[in-house]
Amino acid sequence: MTELRHAVPKPPLDPHLKALENEAIHIFREVAAEFERPVMLYSIGKDSSVLLHLARKAFHPGVIPFPLLHIDTGWKFAEMIAFRDRMAAEFGFELIVHTNPRGVAENVTPFTHGSARYTDIMKTEALRQALDAGRFDAAFGGARRDEEASRAKERIYSFRTPDHRWDPRNQRPELWSIYNGMIRPGESVRAFPLSNWTEVDIWRYIEAEAIPLPSLYFAAPRPVVQRDGMLILAADTRLVLLPGEVRQTRSVRFRTLGCFPLTGAIPSKATTVADIIGELEIATVSERQGRAIDRDQSGSMEKKKREGYF
Amino acid sequence: MTLHLEAALRAEPQAGVARNVPRHTRPLRFITCGSVDDGKSTLIGRLLWDTKAVKEDQAASLARDGASRQNELGLPDFALLLDGLQAEREQGITIDVAWRYFSTDRRSFIVADTPGHEQYTRNMATGASTVDLAVLLVDARAGLLQQTRRHATIVSLMGIRQVVLAVNKIDLAAYSRDVFEALAHEFRELALSLGITQVTAIPVSALKGENVVRGAATSMPWYHGPTLLEALEAATVRSEQAVGFRLPVQRVSRPGESFRGYQGTVAGGAVKPGDSVAVLPSGAIANVAKIVTFDLVRNAAVAGDAITLVLDRPVDVARGDMIVALDAQPMTGRRFEARLVSLTQEGIHPGRRYWQKSSSRRQRVSVTPTALLDLASGAWQGAEALPFNGIGRALLDFEETAIFDIYDRNRATGAFILIDPDTHDTVAGGMVTGTGAAIAGLRRLSGDATSQNTAHLREARQKSAETGKVTVRLPADLLAVLLDSEVVSERRTDIEVLSDD
Repeated sequence: MTELRHAVPKPPLDPHLKALENEAIHIFREVAAEFERPVMLYSIGKDSSVLLHLARKAFHPGVIPFPLLHIDTGWKFAEMIAFRDRMAAEFGFELIVHTNPRGVAENVTPFTHGSARYTDIMKTEALRQALDAGRFDAAFGGARRDEEASRAKERIYSFRTPDHRWDPRNQRPELWSIYNGMIRPGESVRAFPLSNWTEVDIWRYIEAEAIPLPSLYFAAPRPVVQRDGMLILAADTRLVLLPGEVRQTRSVRFRTLGCFPLTGAIPSKATTVADIIGELEIATVSERQGRAIDRDQSGSMEKKKREGYF
Repeated sequence: MTLHLEAALRAEPQAGVARNVPRHTRPLRFITCGSVDDGKSTLIGRLLWDTKAVKEDQAASLARDGASRQNELGLPDFALLLDGLQAEREQGITIDVAWRYFSTDRRSFIVADTPGHEQYTRNMATGASTVDLAVLLVDARAGLLQQTRRHATIVSLMGIRQVVLAVNKIDLAAYSRDVFEALAHEFRELALSLGITQVTAIPVSALKGENVVRGAATSMPWYHGPTLLEALEAATVRSEQAVGFRLPVQRVSRPGESFRGYQGTVAGGAVKPGDSVAVLPSGAIANVAKIVTFDLVRNAAVAGDAITLVLDRPVDVARGDMIVALDAQPMTGRRFEARLVSLTQEGIHPGRRYWQKSSSRRQRVSVTPTALLDLASGAWQGAEALPFNGIGRALLDFEETAIFDIYDRNRATGAFILIDPDTHDTVAGGMVTGTGAAIAGLRRLSGDATSQNTAHLREARQKSAETGKVTVRLPADLLAVLLDSEVVSERRTDIEVLSDD
């Protein structure tokens, strides 16, 4: 695990990051004040780590006034789970972990059910179950509008029907920074404090604020196999090599973290946040390039979102 | 699973030169407005493409979706790049406001990309509500259209004072300097009449990328002004710092018995420990004890800062209250006047009770529309209801005290939304222009001015008494300026002008 700690008092944020931070804190406070049962989706990745940091800032000197929810598919990188538990212990937030019992009972895996069906059951369905069980009326997520085309049209308060559906053609207009949080019982809102952040902003903020991250984000020699055009981490014993596949050790890192069989690594020598920012500024592919679930078909993220995925 | 990424995977890891430049300003937010055929999508696509905001896999995904749709330069169809929703790609239309991000070494940008055709008022108003600047597109061959006037009017009403006029398709007008300058001149006059004082006109070809990111010295040697990107880099961001201190209270933080702080985002002015403040609507007075943030206890906070304020004495403060500078307070009252943009099919009807939300305050209001703006002519006409996409004026009657600044002085505390209590839809955006009592006060004042008993004043007073209007007599040139100003033109029906000769 990589720890970043400044020995000297850190300099103030530049006006760009400060403006993004202010906006995110405003959204956190507004949702916490307007809704009865908020929850924050915590996926352990870099965006979630920034979200967690901003939530702590928003409610300081108090504690985060809502639980964090992790949808555990059972196929996350092992280091992510250890990191999650360490953060919960260190920062003292309430953590809810949910895995879809049906998926476990039916032994749904990314290898046997295909990435689309696996994601639907272990992520989307699991999320709906957890939100229903907690009767949460607002859920924070770390999605950013620059990530993917359908996200670019999503509101900061994204309204969901009682069955968690998103209707992109019928969204409430959102003017100024005045958010309409009026809902009926059963309806809910997904709130996105990082809507206006870009990937580079996330990294620059992580650097400026010394936010701890799983070491998977930083380059190191790791065992990988090439599969479906992606470099898959070959550390977990559940990964069975297919004929012709060769385990090799390469210097790689991950631009996003998800389920290890579905998340591709990129060749990289970036071992610090500054190295990563340097790589990003000359990068020619987007960060979701490493995500299998986005590439199933065009518009697949929109489709998943309509069905209740974040 | 389709694969277009072999090349990316084969690429050797690059060491990368960190260009981690601090940004000295916050992101510039701007909106682009234009008719369907003005080339708006091409312009935004060009900005994203030439600033390298489009990545290879996104381009590959474009190629897959619309292999047959390429522009004449062999570049991807930029419109496909922008239209994120399935229905949009299938129908070749843009449905809603989309947000785009790109950056240069000097600055980063957030673009509100709104469709030019249907429901443009609603979408433009939504996009324009948060921006610092508007880029208006016109086709060099078509000139200023009715639509240009409409867009400029909406931009002005939403409080945007900086406009870039992009005269597009200049290549199809033979790169004509005369065409460009005539259009630029005509637009400046229009803009001035709407109160827009900062206009930058730029001749561009979005398709060829001329004067967008790259210059065009070869094809337009006569043009010495900035490219679009240079103009955007040089633009100023809006600031609410010059007005009185405002802190709409979002929540009260009470982690223990010993701490009580008021959390919110400073919506105007600045504050420091020791400042005297009033809590509205109660009117309680206190001094600022300290400003708490996660990082450190601060000695000052300015507009835009998300803070926790601690006062020096126990006063009753709740969510929805506003903590304000004691010596520069906002307006409070039950009746206000506002401009409204109607955002739903049903329109806005007289006497209807809505929920009103402004900053952190939500309360009941009944709305009486009084006038509707004819976007084609710019004239206000009497009206009792506002249709879908209509821009109008209305009286707001609150059941409890409301707190506002005039929108043109402080957007954060002068703006509000109306929420339908049944459907919970956001049905209107509103901008406060004054208290309902102001006009009556003005009338009384002009009628009471008896100390200077001139013939002119007698005539004016008599006229006021007859018509119930404010009567003005001014030199012709001054009068022209006054009548052209937005605040007066909106209340033109309340003013009687006496000729000076």
